Amino acid sequence: MPDLGKYATEVLAAYGVSIALLIGIVWISVARARKVRRQLQDVEHRDG
Amino acid sequence: MSIWEYANPKKFIATTTPVIPWLFAAAGVAIVGALIWGFFFTPDDYRQGSTVKIIYLHVPSAMMAINTWVMMLVASLIWLVRRHHVSALAARAAAPVGIVMTLLALFTGAIWGQPMWGTWWAWDPRLTSFLILFLFYLGYVALWQAIDDPDTAADLTAVLCIVGSVFAVLSRYAVLFWNQGLHQGASLSLDAEENVADVFYYPLLLSLAGFVLLFLALVLLRTQTEIRVRRTRALLARSRRAAPEARA
Repeated sequence: MPDLGKYATEVLAAYGVSIALLIGIVWISVARARKVRRQLQDVEHRDG
Repeated sequence: MSIWEYANPKKFIATTTPVIPWLFAAAGVAIVGALIWGFFFTPDDYRQGSTVKIIYLHVPSAMMAINTWVMMLVASLIWLVRRHHVSALAARAAAPVGIVMTLLALFTGAIWGQPMWGTWWAWDPRLTSFLILFLFYLGYVALWQAIDDPDTAADLTAVLCIVGSVFAVLSRYAVLFWNQGLHQGASLSLDAEENVADVFYYPLLLSLAGFVLLFLALVLLRTQTEIRVRRTRALLARSRRAAPEARA
């Protein structure tokens, strides 16, 4: 761990929140993609 | 072969499906690599101390916040001129990614600004135009949600996107238009004299490449999702119309 000095809180907060936001948008996008793909398959299957 | 072939939803999905996992993997490697490089292996700045490490998040997210709107503008214009549904859906799919990028840029900017400028926020031209761009993103998504007819929604959001482009441009060039405020000029420039020092420059470039790849992966995946939502709604509507006819 590098010595961040007196700005450690700011730097760590910036990294923590940013990484959480990036993981969040990827997670939400992938989860919704899977859900919508399943829904379409169900509807197509039902309609024959 | 013409680029307009990809306006066919089936062709778009077939072409992009094998590409998306590779884009996510490349984006992950580039972003994680750049952040490890920047966080652990670059020195502190002689004036800004360790806060310079925020540059690897702030600059790429700010650039993508503006470029996402530019991509939405191009897609909206294609929709208005050529009426390709995939382009309207691509613009819609990109907007939440733009929201996250703008939020990231505003947050990292505020947290960087506090120790350097002595304030979280200032009504500086670039900061203000960025905040307005963020509000435009929210309005754009809200307008898509508010209108049931997808073609009408695509038309109106395309117009909103054109209007909002003024603020996307201002976000980029406000520092040059109004030579005032706290925010400095570009960190990356074609003029090597204006660039940040090499020790910060290369991890920053890698981070930027990672953000671009992540944007591409997300927009392609989310566009596929929007295409499937549209197809599902069309099939359900057809079933509902067919049901009374079958009973009669």
